[in-house]
This record gives sequence, C-alpha cells and structure tokens, in this order.
Amino acid sequence: MANKPIVDFEALKNNLSNVSKPIQVLNEKAEITDQEVFDSFSDDDLVEFMKKMVWERALHEQTMNFSRQGRMGFYAPTEGEEASEMGTVLAMKKNDYLLPAYRDVPQLIQHGATVTQAYLWSRGHVAGNKFEARSMMPQIIIGAAYDEAAGVAMGLKKNGEDAIAFTYTGDGGTSQGDSYEGMNFAGAFKVPALFIVQNNGFAISTPRAKQTAAPTLAQKAVAAGIPSIQVDGMDILACYAVAKAAREYITAGNGPVMIETLTYRFGAHSSAGDDPKRYRTKAEEQPWFDKDPLIRLRKVLEDKGLWSEEQEDKLVDEYKASFKEAIKEADAVPEDKVSDMLKRTFEIPTPEMKKEIAKFEAKESK
Amino acid sequence: MAKKTYIQAITDALDIVLEDDPKTLIFGEDVGKNGGVFRTTQGLQEKYGEDRVFDTPLAESGILGLATGLGLTGWRPIPEIQFMGFSLEAVDQIIGQEARMRFRFDGLKTAPVTIRTPYGGGTHTAEMHADNLENIFASTPGLRVVMPSNPYDAKGLLISSVENNDPVLFMENLKLYRSMKDDIPDGKYTVPLDKANVAREGNDITIVAYGAEVNEALKVADELAKKNISVEVIDLRTVSPIDTDTIFKSIEKTHKVVIVQEAQKIAGVGAQVASAIAEDAVLSLDAPIGRVAAPNSVYPFALGEDTWIPRAKEIEEKVNEILNY
Repeated sequence: MANKPIVDFEALKNNLSNVSKPIQVLNEKAEITDQEVFDSFSDDDLVEFMKKMVWERALHEQTMNFSRQGRMGFYAPTEGEEASEMGTVLAMKKNDYLLPAYRDVPQLIQHGATVTQAYLWSRGHVAGNKFEARSMMPQIIIGAAYDEAAGVAMGLKKNGEDAIAFTYTGDGGTSQGDSYEGMNFAGAFKVPALFIVQNNGFAISTPRAKQTAAPTLAQKAVAAGIPSIQVDGMDILACYAVAKAAREYITAGNGPVMIETLTYRFGAHSSAGDDPKRYRTKAEEQPWFDKDPLIRLRKVLEDKGLWSEEQEDKLVDEYKASFKEAIKEADAVPEDKVSDMLKRTFEIPTPEMKKEIAKFEAKESK
Repeated sequence: MAKKTYIQAITDALDIVLEDDPKTLIFGEDVGKNGGVFRTTQGLQEKYGEDRVFDTPLAESGILGLATGLGLTGWRPIPEIQFMGFSLEAVDQIIGQEARMRFRFDGLKTAPVTIRTPYGGGTHTAEMHADNLENIFASTPGLRVVMPSNPYDAKGLLISSVENNDPVLFMENLKLYRSMKDDIPDGKYTVPLDKANVAREGNDITIVAYGAEVNEALKVADELAKKNISVEVIDLRTVSPIDTDTIFKSIEKTHKVVIVQEAQKIAGVGAQVASAIAEDAVLSLDAPIGRVAAPNSVYPFALGEDTWIPRAKEIEEKVNEILNY
C-alpha cells in the first residue's frame, strides 16, 4: 500500500481560503486604491454619496433619541453600516423590487417609503406598511427574504421587466437553510436577483467565526452556482460600484449574484436592551470604529474642497428637523381598530369573522 | 359529463385555470414531465409549456418562497407540496408569510397562492407520506383550508381556491385519489369556499365529517337506513372556515350530533365544531356531542394504519351510542 492518501482533504480545505481580496476603492486612510473606479465618479456623485451616509447616520441618531424617549418600537441600529446600506441601495432602480431585513429600513426609505411609515412600522402600526414602493416590509424571519427574492425575481422576469430583486440578510442569516434555498432556486432558474449579505460581524452576540467554517460568506453562493464577491463594506464607493456592476450583469440575463459586504455594527443589535459589552471588547471594536465609512469619504471630500464641517452640521440639522416632523405625523395616525384587523385578514370575510367584525364595530362605535 | 376519479377531477380543474388565467403557474417537485407522482398534473406541461408548468429543485420552503414572491409580482401560483408531511419544511412560508400578507399590507400586496398537497392515510405509504395536519393550518388566520370528499367537489373547490385572492391550502385525500368516481361536468363550475354541503338529508341524527370520512359516514347512513334510522350527513368541504350555520340548522332538526375526523382527536377541527355547538347551539341537543377521531398517538407506520384510522365501523358504534343515550 502506498503511503500517499487517495485524497488530501487538508489541502482541499486549505484551498478554500485562497480567496481574492475584498473589492475596495478607498482604503482606511482614505487613499484611493482603484483610481479607475474612483475617476468614474463626478464630484457631485461623491457629494451625493456623502449626503446619503450623513442622512443615514442622522436618522440613526434621531431614532435612538426617540427610542430613549419611549417613542419607538423595535429598532435595529444601523450606525457603522452606512456605506454598505446606502452604497448598495443607490444602485437600485425605481422598478427594482426590494426585500429588506429589519436592519434595512434606511434602504426601504430610499426606495420609496416615508420616514413616517418607517416609524409606524417600528411602532407596530399597519400604516407603516402602506407604501406604494415595490418592496416587502422589513423581513423578521431571517432567510425568508432570500426564498421570496427568488420568486420576485422570477415574477419580474416573467413580466418581461427590466428590473431585478434586491435582498439583504446578515452574517447570521447565511446559516439559515432558506438562504441557501433562495439562492439555489434563483441560480437554477437563472432569475434576476441580487443577494446581499451584510456581514456586520455579529448575529446579536454570536460572532461571525461561530456561524460557519466557511472562510468567507461569499463562498456560500458557490454551491448554488452563483458568482459572488466580498466588498469592503466601509467603502461606499466600492459598495456602489460593485452593486451597480452586479445589477448590470444580472439585467443582461446572466442570473443572480451575491455580494458580501464586510461591515460592522457599531452599536447594539436592537434598541431593546442588548449590550455589546457582554460579548465584545473595546479593543475589538476600536479598529472598526477607525474604519467609519463617513470619516473615510469625508476626508476625500475635504481634500477636494467639496465638504466642510459647517456644511455637514447644517445638513444634519435639516435631516433631524425632518425626522421630528415625521414622528409628529406618525403620532397623528389614529389607533388601529380590531374590526379593521379582522377585515384585512381575508379579502372576503368568513361567516364567522363577519359576526366578529359586527361585534367589534358595535363596541368601537360606543 | 364524464365519470372521473378524484385525480382526474383535479387535473380538469388545473387545466381550466391554466386556460382561463394566463397568470396561473403550476410548479413543484416532479409536476412537469412526470405529471406529478400521482399524475395530477399529467399532460399540463405538454399543453401549456415549461413557462407555466415546471419542476423545481427539491426544497419545500424554496417552493413556497417562490410562490410568495411570484404572488407579489402579479402571478397566481399553484405550487404542489408532494406529500403533506413535507409541508412542515415550509411552515414559515405558509403561516409566517403567505397567510399574513394581506393583513400586513392592508390589501396593497397579497399572496394569491393555492398550495395543493395530498394527505391522509390508508394507503400504506412510507413515514411522513400519510398525515392529517389540517389541525395545524386550520388555526391559521388568513389561510383557507379546503378538504374535498369527492371528485365533483374537488374540481369545483379547486377552481374556487385558485380564483380566491387569499392563500388556500388545498388538501387532496390520498385514499380517495383513485378509489371513487363521480359524474363531472366538462366545463368550469365552482363550489363555494365557505359553505358546507348536506351530503345526505336525514332527521334522526347528524354526522359532521370532512375528507374521506364523509364517504364512511355515508356508508353508515346507508346501513342505518335499513333499520329505519334517518341520518343527516354534513360534509364540511372547508375546515377553515367552518360553516357552523349549516351544522346548527341540521341539529335543530335532529337534536343529535356525531363529529367525525380522520385526524387525531387533540386540538383539532372536530374540537372546534364541538366547541361552536357547545357555545351557540347546545340547547338544540338532547344527547351529548359524539366524537369519532383517531387516537392521540403519533401517526402510525403503514402496518398500523388499518386499526388506527377510524372508519365506518367506529362511526356506526358512536352513532348508535348517541341514538341510545
């Protein structure tokens, strides 16, 4: 018998770690690492990217304020993920269909929901979901959006539309069987879907390293036969450029793509009592805080004389004032009625429900 | 008009909805070239093409997620779950997503999905291929659960289910697939989704049943007619919603009721019927409510089915007990 094993499994495993570097345009020191892509953006584009991130940061800060005042319901903080969220969503077209997860409310607003509706969704009022935008409401069941994105993409393709499905999940979400089923269906049917994994390091408290032995989450698409790539999720220029390129590839009829953005959740999982100090140290956090996507682009813009602190402060004030208006509008929405909840359960109420509706209507009219 | 099996009646209905509405789509495991493992989709891919009738990868949650997404983009999906036991893989898409869609969006977005799936015992299948899971789904607001007992109803109820703009779980009884034939009108007809059927009129006692047990109840009615006992048989047709008005009207006349189900007794459709009667019509009765259901064990393996599933004999015993109360 030869000593050589029939298969060198260790070598096969080690090969999995041979992955290309995440796509980047601006590095952590705000140095341009891809001049060609950088030059494809006009000064106006760069300012627009900055404004979007400042808007998302301001939305986060104001929403946390409202949350502390007891004026919000469930809220998943977005600080740190502005480049990943805004960069990818800016590549969407109006007719594209969004399937967001609960941390993707800023993208939903960009795609057409109002801030008032976002606040109502957070509070748990049906009026929050009554947006005309082509989007699901933020998905709570992790993985479900991936299954549904395959269906939405197939529907768009069957409609003959020049539109694609955009869907998001996180690092934890890639462990759900549904994430694989959704990508696998999309690949098998070659439908126009863009699967975005925002790897922010943690699923509540569970670190990325504990989710899977796979060296990257982008690799999760490989088994489904889908091209995938890692992107520096703290670099909005890279996130946008890759999402835009992916959209072009998809709309050309090539089938789905998956993007893993490497980002970081600066704060807690949700505003409801999660404390990151329980599961990560300041020393672990600091390098990521240093990668803040706003710092990076701000520096580029300031060097070009396109941005100033005063300008940013003024914008933040404007945005926050608009959020305060939005929450006033949300406050003014009348309470949901049980009779209406019953009425929207079925299009045609069942005989039993008709009786129940009448009962509650009588009670509510008192 | 032609004599058709339950399977042929279903194929007929699918043919009609595919013809009528270009937005309808049939998909699932083996539904295309193979025509479904029971041949319910036989010939449909050939007739309507692979864009309308197609096979999917083997993943139930994926199949129903596909349906949800297609519904959101204006299509009318008719997915098949090959055996009802496999629907447990897709419970989130059914209960967590589709059943909630209209409610979530106040009707702006909906899930007009009709999920077809075979269920029920008596055919000695592998584990998880025979089940009565209606109890799980019938308690889901926003979802209709349809359980036809004969070929005629199967066709009319399936057409109604597809035309309905809310999700419908359409449960096809395995035992009935090939064991009975009805005269089926050739063209389109519908059977309402919220109306029980008085399958047999009678005066002495009411049997409330659904699915395959309706036919067992009718056998009992035939048997007892020989002894001059007149049994009324109510076929629920749909277990969500349950048409209690038809039941109440019947027991006002007969004053006695036996509720029959093939599923285990615990927390199910029969219990719901009994509770509705107890709550709103108990004074119509002059005897306790009788119930016939399967024992509360795990669904048996193939060789245990015949003694486990309640059939005509058990129903007749219970009817006699209530009559002689």
